[in-house]
Amino acid sequence: MGLLSKKDRKLILDPLADDNPITIQVLGICSALAITAQLKASIVMTVSVIFVLGLGNVVISLIRNIIPSKIRIIVQLTVVAALVIIVDQVLKAYSYQLSKELGAFIGLIITNCIIMGRFEAFALGNGPWKSFLDGIGNALGYGVILIIVGFFRELLGSGTLLGYKVLGDPITKTGVYAFGYENNGFMLLAPMALIVVGIIIWVQRSRNKALIED
Amino acid sequence: MSNKTDSNLYTLLFAIGMVVVVGTLLAFVSASLRPNIDENKRIEKQQNILYAMGVNENDESSVAFVADNKVGEEFSKFITKQLVITNDVEVKEDDNAYLIDIKKEQTNAKEGKERRLPLFIGTKEGKTFYIAPIRGKGLWDAVWAYVAMDENMVVQGAYFDHKGETAGLGANIKERFFMDDFKDEHLLNTSGKFVGINISKSNGDPLNKDKKDNEVDAIAGATITGDGVAAMIKSELKLYVPYFKTLKK
Repeated sequence: MGLLSKKDRKLILDPLADDNPITIQVLGICSALAITAQLKASIVMTVSVIFVLGLGNVVISLIRNIIPSKIRIIVQLTVVAALVIIVDQVLKAYSYQLSKELGAFIGLIITNCIIMGRFEAFALGNGPWKSFLDGIGNALGYGVILIIVGFFRELLGSGTLLGYKVLGDPITKTGVYAFGYENNGFMLLAPMALIVVGIIIWVQRSRNKALIED
Repeated sequence: MSNKTDSNLYTLLFAIGMVVVVGTLLAFVSASLRPNIDENKRIEKQQNILYAMGVNENDESSVAFVADNKVGEEFSKFITKQLVITNDVEVKEDDNAYLIDIKKEQTNAKEGKERRLPLFIGTKEGKTFYIAPIRGKGLWDAVWAYVAMDENMVVQGAYFDHKGETAGLGANIKERFFMDDFKDEHLLNTSGKFVGINISKSNGDPLNKDKKDNEVDAIAGATITGDGVAAMIKSELKLYVPYFKTLKK
């Protein structure tokens, strides 16, 4: 395989910033709002989506020439659903604790519009290797935003990171809580995730004017 | 795309083929992993029961069960008796009582059939624990718990779990800060009547120092999950009251 060619590298790196699925393509917003109340959930969702999108893109790309165009959306949905069920069952059998923690997220992957979006926009028209890179790239781009949002929501909303009390204990008033700091419960609710995503979009576009649409 | 793939016949055949292939694949995966999954579930039940009576590997803030490979041994060491209670007070011993499906029993009761209530009796350091499995509804899906009590129906420990409560909100019922609040909390009021444990948003007792108020502090943003947990405790543990009365005689 050797080093990735320039084009291939672009497939991975573009979705991380200038063609980010969440902030630029505006895909996958629903799950970005739903599951980012904790950093850990964001990380877990990222890993799961990397797997499903990478593999799904390859499968769709392999069968792209034999899919009847009339039912292609249903075919795509079937592929995602089958992959998700397999992941879920394998985890349940070999890593039960992990599967319990992921619980609802695994099922939620099916509803993630990034997956259908990339199948439709990329895998149906490109070869398996390129599709694989595109899948990984987009999943990573999605994950970066998820993790940034999860970081701020958990830190400001619960005062913890990955469950560790980094700001002190709010009940016994240690750490910053001793100075009268309070957790902001609003951060745990979905609308604040939208506002955080909005701020990310704002920062990104003010740094790169080329992204601003007329 | 060629015209070939646009024809109705091709589309139909493709759809049928796809369903057969995917269906076979999933059935195969499911069937071959089934024994592993069932075994994991069985182990989990034993771990949950032991957790409630304080046999676990918790450190300061984690939730850690007895290791998978030790649980069978620990279970037979600490759980001295497994009972099945029917018609309020008829007690039978059954070494597989922990496998009773609470959901099924609840459906049976609804249909007017007999409901079997499992109860596990454990002994640790000379103390006797009565552990009851209960099940109810949260916001999105099922919530369930294993509650360890002493003979006065004072909670000695509890393990909560859920199928699909919101992460960061309702899902926090399985975090230590919530579960540990139940320890030493009374299920009976001061005059000895069963009232359950209310999940309160306004009891002004976030550290849960008052153990006799039948209330623990709620989780912010998880009102409906909390209400579901309180309702489950109230309706399900109530069924065990007649049995606990027989202990007093």
